Amino acid sequence: MLTMENVTKRYKHRRSDVYALQDANVEIGTGEFVSIVGPSGSGKSTLLLMLGGMLSPSSGKVTLQGTSLYDLSPNERARMRKQHVGFVFQSFNLVPYLTALENVMIPLFLSGAAKEVQESRAKDLLERVGLGERLDHKPTELSIGQQQRVALARMLANDPQLILADEPTGNLDPDTSAMILDFFEQFVSEGRTIVMVTHDPRAAERARRKLRIDGGRIVEDKQDIKTRVVA
Amino acid sequence: MNLKTLIWRELFERKTQMITIVFGIFLGITTVVAIKTISHYSEKAVARELDTLGANILVLPKSATLQDYYTADMQDDVIPEEYVLRLTMSDAQGVDNLSPKLSMPIELQGRKFTLTGILPKSEFTAKAAWAGAGIFSQHIGCGAIELAGEKKDEDKQALVRKRVIETLEPNEALVGHDTATILGIKDGDKLQLKGEEFNVVAVLPETGTVDDSRIFAHLHKVQEMSGKGEVVNCIEIIGCCKEISAGLVGKINELLPDAKVVTVTQVVATQAKINSMMESLSLVFLAIIVVVGGAGVANYMYANVNERRREIGTLMALGAESNFIIKLFLTKAALLGIVGGATGFIAGTIFAITLGPRLAGVAVFPMPILAPIAVAIAVAIALVASYFPARRAATLDPCATLQEI
Repeated sequence: MLTMENVTKRYKHRRSDVYALQDANVEIGTGEFVSIVGPSGSGKSTLLLMLGGMLSPSSGKVTLQGTSLYDLSPNERARMRKQHVGFVFQSFNLVPYLTALENVMIPLFLSGAAKEVQESRAKDLLERVGLGERLDHKPTELSIGQQQRVALARMLANDPQLILADEPTGNLDPDTSAMILDFFEQFVSEGRTIVMVTHDPRAAERARRKLRIDGGRIVEDKQDIKTRVVA
Repeated sequence: MNLKTLIWRELFERKTQMITIVFGIFLGITTVVAIKTISHYSEKAVARELDTLGANILVLPKSATLQDYYTADMQDDVIPEEYVLRLTMSDAQGVDNLSPKLSMPIELQGRKFTLTGILPKSEFTAKAAWAGAGIFSQHIGCGAIELAGEKKDEDKQALVRKRVIETLEPNEALVGHDTATILGIKDGDKLQLKGEEFNVVAVLPETGTVDDSRIFAHLHKVQEMSGKGEVVNCIEIIGCCKEISAGLVGKINELLPDAKVVTVTQVVATQAKINSMMESLSLVFLAIIVVVGGAGVANYMYANVNERRREIGTLMALGAESNFIIKLFLTKAALLGIVGGATGFIAGTIFAITLGPRLAGVAVFPMPILAPIAVAIAVAIALVASYFPARRAATLDPCATLQEI
């Protein structure tokens, strides 16, 4: 599904090289739920952006479903993201002047879906995350937890196979966090792949595989940390 | 969801910014349309005046300036009335009418007016020799000259348009529109001028010229009242067609070497040149407004791109291609241009219709042809000014826009 081969990201800072990521090798299979942990500035975000085709490496190769992402043009990478990748952000990144329904319709619109299709699919997804009664609410009229659920619905709009989540529970209370992680487990059970950056140990434990990064290097790759079976 | 909804919602989310920028475009276009509309009708008025005056020629004293003539032909210098005789007895061809004039200031009810002496056409016809040959003979291509008397009520218009009156007795006067209004004079009233009594045979229609504040009387009567003798301030000559005027000017110059001979066509052409220069100056002004307006739009768009960095990054993460981001900003710019251009056209037209008559002294009407031009200019300015901000938005580093990742 997703591979990184000898990937290095190097920045120049005051004439000296700074490595955000160094010689990273990772292979993530379809249907895996991977958490990435590590201290701030360790390279977690860099790794997630590279997997999503948003940040080109200094060297190495990143492939998504067999396609080398950074051999594609920026617009071709954008099309890959549209078709295969869903992002979940810590601060949700909902468009503030659009309603919940319209926010979920954006990826469908970008994919060229007809208006009726956009509307019916967006309604279904918002109902799935329990917001069927909040279709016409703008982000400021929703609670933090509800906003993250709108973001989840938006992420699912184009039925992505790969979900990249950055601190998805970082701004949420424990109950809402648990709810979001339950949704993630549902998505994995549907055959989707999730890569989640988190500082929350409990969230990390819900994943089946944990990558620890420190100083730009993957220092630990712990498989099958989760013992309970997801239905 | 479509591009229009996305743009529309964003515009109304930031209403103040939207109103400010539309107002900037609106002001620029309003000015452009108002000036263009007024100058168009002003030019048309000059052209019409030129056409009406045709091949008119002025004979003035050498020292007189055109300004003297236009202010009320009241210069101190005079030319002998005998010049009229010289002209009428000459073999110069193509003259429709001669109108010698002498003006003097008079005071009525404590206000100053101009008393202008004119020679009615009957004076010429009385001299059979003049009518039979010489200057009033017809040139090939010219219309027939009616020397017989016409109806009196037509005389009013004739004086206004052709500067000719058929008959005028020494105790008769014609009163300009403004003078009649101020003095409360009507047709048939009596008028005392410097101790002489005059019958007002007609109050003239409004012309919008200095003639409105004149009182016209028989030339010989005015000469007598002024005590200047048999002299005139100017002789207006109406040629029968344009083609003849050039030759006529040369001929008159030969006949009257001590007078200044000017064609009114030249005068109006000079006026038209001044109008055109004024329009060019206005265009320079407009260019400045357009540049400043364009800079305003660009500034607004750069600020808008900065403000929406996170949103742009999110759209990119969701799969938006760079062309889409450019289209998002340029369509918005075009929309602002259309609204600013259309409202600017309407306001500019209203301004022109309202202020045109006061500023330029001409009747102004809407020019629908300017509507698409105004919108096109506004859209072009908005698009050009927004191109670089839009391109910047499309090339934003998504990582920098999504800082928490």
